[in-house]
Amino acid sequence: MFAYVVRRVLATIPVMAVVALFVFSLLYIAPGDPAAVIAGDQATPEDVERIRQSLGLDRPYLVRFGAWVFDILRGDLGVSIFTNLPVVTMIKQRIEPTLSLMLVTLILAVSIAIPMGVVAAWKVGTWIDRSVMGFAVLGFSVPVFVVGYLLAYVFALELDWLPVQGYTSFSEGLWPWFENLILPAIALGSVYIALIARITRATMLEVLQQDYIRTARAKGAGQTSILFLHALKNAAVPIVTVIGIGIALLIGGAVVTESVFAIPGLGRLTVDAILRRDYPVIQGVVLLFSFVYVLVNLAIDLLYTLFDPRIRY
Amino acid sequence: MNRRDLLRASAAAGAAAALPRASFAQPAQSRVLKMVPQANLTSLDPIWTTANITRNHGHMIYDSLYGLDAQFRPQPQMAEGHVAENDGKTVTITLREGLKFHDGERVRAQDAVPSIKRWMRRNPFGQKLATVVDDIEVVDDRRLRFRLKRAFPLLFKALGQVSNSPAFIMPQRLAETDPFQQVREAIGSGPFKFKADEFNSGSRVVYERFADYVPVANGTPSLTAGPKVAHFDRVEWHIIVDAATAAAALQTGEIDWYEQPPPEIQQLLRRNRQIAIEAIDPLPLTGILRFNHLHAPFNDKKMRQAILPAISQEDFMQAIVGTDPATYFTNVGLFTPGTPLANDAGMGPLTGPRSLDRAKALMREAGYTNQPMRLIGPTDILAPSAMTQVCADLVRRLGFNADIVLTDWGTVVQRRTSREPVDKGGWSMLLTAFSSFDFADPAAHFPVRGNGAQAWVGWPTVPRLEELRDAWFDAPDLAAEQRIAREMQTVAMDELPYVPVGSYLSLTAIKRNLTNRVPGLALFWNIRRA
Repeated sequence: MFAYVVRRVLATIPVMAVVALFVFSLLYIAPGDPAAVIAGDQATPEDVERIRQSLGLDRPYLVRFGAWVFDILRGDLGVSIFTNLPVVTMIKQRIEPTLSLMLVTLILAVSIAIPMGVVAAWKVGTWIDRSVMGFAVLGFSVPVFVVGYLLAYVFALELDWLPVQGYTSFSEGLWPWFENLILPAIALGSVYIALIARITRATMLEVLQQDYIRTARAKGAGQTSILFLHALKNAAVPIVTVIGIGIALLIGGAVVTESVFAIPGLGRLTVDAILRRDYPVIQGVVLLFSFVYVLVNLAIDLLYTLFDPRIRY
Repeated sequence: MNRRDLLRASAAAGAAAALPRASFAQPAQSRVLKMVPQANLTSLDPIWTTANITRNHGHMIYDSLYGLDAQFRPQPQMAEGHVAENDGKTVTITLREGLKFHDGERVRAQDAVPSIKRWMRRNPFGQKLATVVDDIEVVDDRRLRFRLKRAFPLLFKALGQVSNSPAFIMPQRLAETDPFQQVREAIGSGPFKFKADEFNSGSRVVYERFADYVPVANGTPSLTAGPKVAHFDRVEWHIIVDAATAAAALQTGEIDWYEQPPPEIQQLLRRNRQIAIEAIDPLPLTGILRFNHLHAPFNDKKMRQAILPAISQEDFMQAIVGTDPATYFTNVGLFTPGTPLANDAGMGPLTGPRSLDRAKALMREAGYTNQPMRLIGPTDILAPSAMTQVCADLVRRLGFNADIVLTDWGTVVQRRTSREPVDKGGWSMLLTAFSSFDFADPAAHFPVRGNGAQAWVGWPTVPRLEELRDAWFDAPDLAAEQRIAREMQTVAMDELPYVPVGSYLSLTAIKRNLTNRVPGLALFWNIRRA
C-alpha cells in the first residue's frame, strides 16, 4: 500500500511536467499582449516594446520556459505582470474562498444526493423515484448561473434572508462565513447533486437485486440497515468515483459561481488573468488545479480499499 | 427584525467564540462608502499604465500641482502659486505648506521634480511639454523652477491633466523609478491612503481617509480643483464583475454606488426610489470608427469618404445607451460636445440625409472591387462591442467583402497593432470610445494625430493636422484655440483619420442619500451621506 502511494505520488511529477509544458506553450502561442494592455492607447510602439522588455516578454520561448521551470522547482511561481504581487501570494489570497465553496458544496451535495438516490432506488417506479429523477434532470439541464440568479433573486433580493454577494473569511466568524456560501453552494451543487443522485440510484438498483440482500431480508434485517449498511456500502465504489470525477465539475462550475456571487476565489482569478494575459498567474493557477485533481484521484483510489476489501494495491 | 436578522442573532450565540475580531474595530457603516468600480484594479502605478481604473485610484491617493475645474481651467492644487519671469520662459512654482505623504514625510520640491520628469517620459502632453523644457530644477524644499525654451501657455493645464495620465506627485524614491517599470509602493499625498494590507485585486480595494491631508483653503470643489475634503473614513471598492449581482447588491444596500451599470440594468434600477441614475460626467464619451490607413481599401481617401453617407450616429449611440435621446449626442465632430472647442465645421457629410445607396455609389466611384476588409472588435467591453455590431451590419449592407473578427479586448489590443495587410492578419476598421477629457482639446486627442508611423493605430499621415496641433499649443487665447479647432475639424472630416460616430453619457447608479458628488469622474472627496 505504502509503495503504491509513493509510486502514485511520484507519477504526478511527469503528469505535472506535461501540464506545465502544455500550459506554457499554449499561452506562448495564444494571441494577446499584456505590454500593449499596460501601455494603453497613447503609447508608441517603442513604449510597448520597452514595457515588453522590462517584463521579459521579449525573450525566446526556451529561455522563458527554462526560467519558469527553474523558479517552480524552487517553489516560486513568479510575479503577476499587473499587480506586481507574487503569484503564490495571490493564490493564498484566493484559495480560502474556493476551498470553502467547494467544501460546503461537496458536503451539501453528498448529504442530499446519496439519501435521494437511495430512496429513489428503494421506491423505484413510485412518484418519489420519478420526483428524484425529475429533479436530477432539472439539475443537469439548468445552468449554474441561472440557478444562482434565481436563488439570489428569491432569497437575497426579495426575502432579504441572505447576502447577494461577497465572501467573509472563516476567521471572522462561522455564521458570516457560512451565510455567504449558502446560495453559491446550492447553485454550484445542483448539477453535482443530480449527478450523484442518479449514479447512487442506478448502483443501488443493481445491488438491491443481489442475493445477499434477499438473504439479509430473510434474516429479518430492517429496511434502513439493508439500504444503508448492506447495499450502500457495496454500491459505494462507483459513487465515490463519480464524486471524485465531479471535483473537476466543481472546479469548472466554481468559475461561474464565483462570478455570479462575487466570491474572490481562484476561478475568478483565473478568468481575470486570462483576460489580461497575466501569464504567470494563469500558469500558476492551472498547475495548482492540475495538482489538486491528481491528488483527488489518488485519494479516490485509496478510498476504494475502504469500501471494497478485495481491492489491494 | 426580519428573518436574516433573526438568523444572524441566533447564530451569534453559538458562534460567539468565532465572532469577528475585525468587526469591533471597523468604523460605523455611515463612515464607510462602498462602490463597485468600472473595472478591476490590477496595476497601482498611474504613470506606468493608462488604465482608467488606475487613473481613478491615482486620484484617490495622489495629488497634483494643479487641478482642472469643470471648465478645464487649471487651478493651484498642491501649488500655492507661481511666478513667471523672463517673458514666461522661467516659471517658479511654490508648494503649499503642510503637505505630507502618507508615510509621514513632507512633500518637497525634490519629490515634485522627478515625479514630473517621469510623467513627461510617458504622457503625450508631457512629451510635448518636454520639447520646450530646458530644465526643471529644485530651488529649495518648497520651490521648483521650469526653465523653458519659450513660453508655454499650457504649462499649468498640462500639470493639471485629469485623465491618462495625470502628473501625480510621488515621493522622490518612487518617482525615480524607470517610467517603464511599475513603482513598488502606492504612497501619495492625496486625501485617501491606500490600504496595501487589505488589497485583493479582483475582490476589494480599500482606502482610508488621510488625517494629515490639508485641503486647499479656498474655492469650490470642481473636478480636480478646489478643496478635497474627505467625508468618509473608509472607501471600499468591491469588484463585482456580474452586472446583475452588482445591481442586486446596490438594491439590498450591500453597496452604495455602482459606477457603470449597463443600460438594461439602469432600467431595472430606475424603479428603485432610493437609487439615482445620473451622468457620472456631464460631458459625454465619444465613439470613433478608426480606419487602417496603411492598406486597401481604406488607404484611399475616397473610400473612407464613401461610407460617410451611410453612417448614422444615432444608430451607433442607441446600440450603446438605448433610445433615450437625453443620454446621447449626434452631429458630433472632433471635440467633446459641450466643451469650448466643439464646433460644426466640415460636418456636412455626417449631418445630411443618410443614404446607403449614395454610399454604395461613392464606393463604386472610388473603385471598390470587392477587396477583402477586416473589422475587428471586442465582445467583452460594452461600448466598443455595441458599436462594432452596428458597424458589422453596416459594412455587410454596403456590400463590403468583410471579415468580422470579434474577440476579447486583450486580443483586439494586440491585433490592432499589426501593420500587415488583411491577408497577413492585419485589420481595416475598428471601433472604440474615448472619455470627454481625451477629446476636450488637441493635447490628449491622439486619434486626430496625423504623424504617420508614429500615430496611434491606423497610422494616418496628415501633416496639416500636425501643424494645426502644434499651432494650438502656442495659441495665445481661447478665440485662437477655437479658430484652430475649426480648421482641424475641417481637415479631419476631409482626410478622415477616423469617423466620429456620436457621443454618449456614462450613467452611474448611486444611493440618493449620497450627496455633493463631484461630477466628472468617480471622485471621493466632497461626497457625503445625508
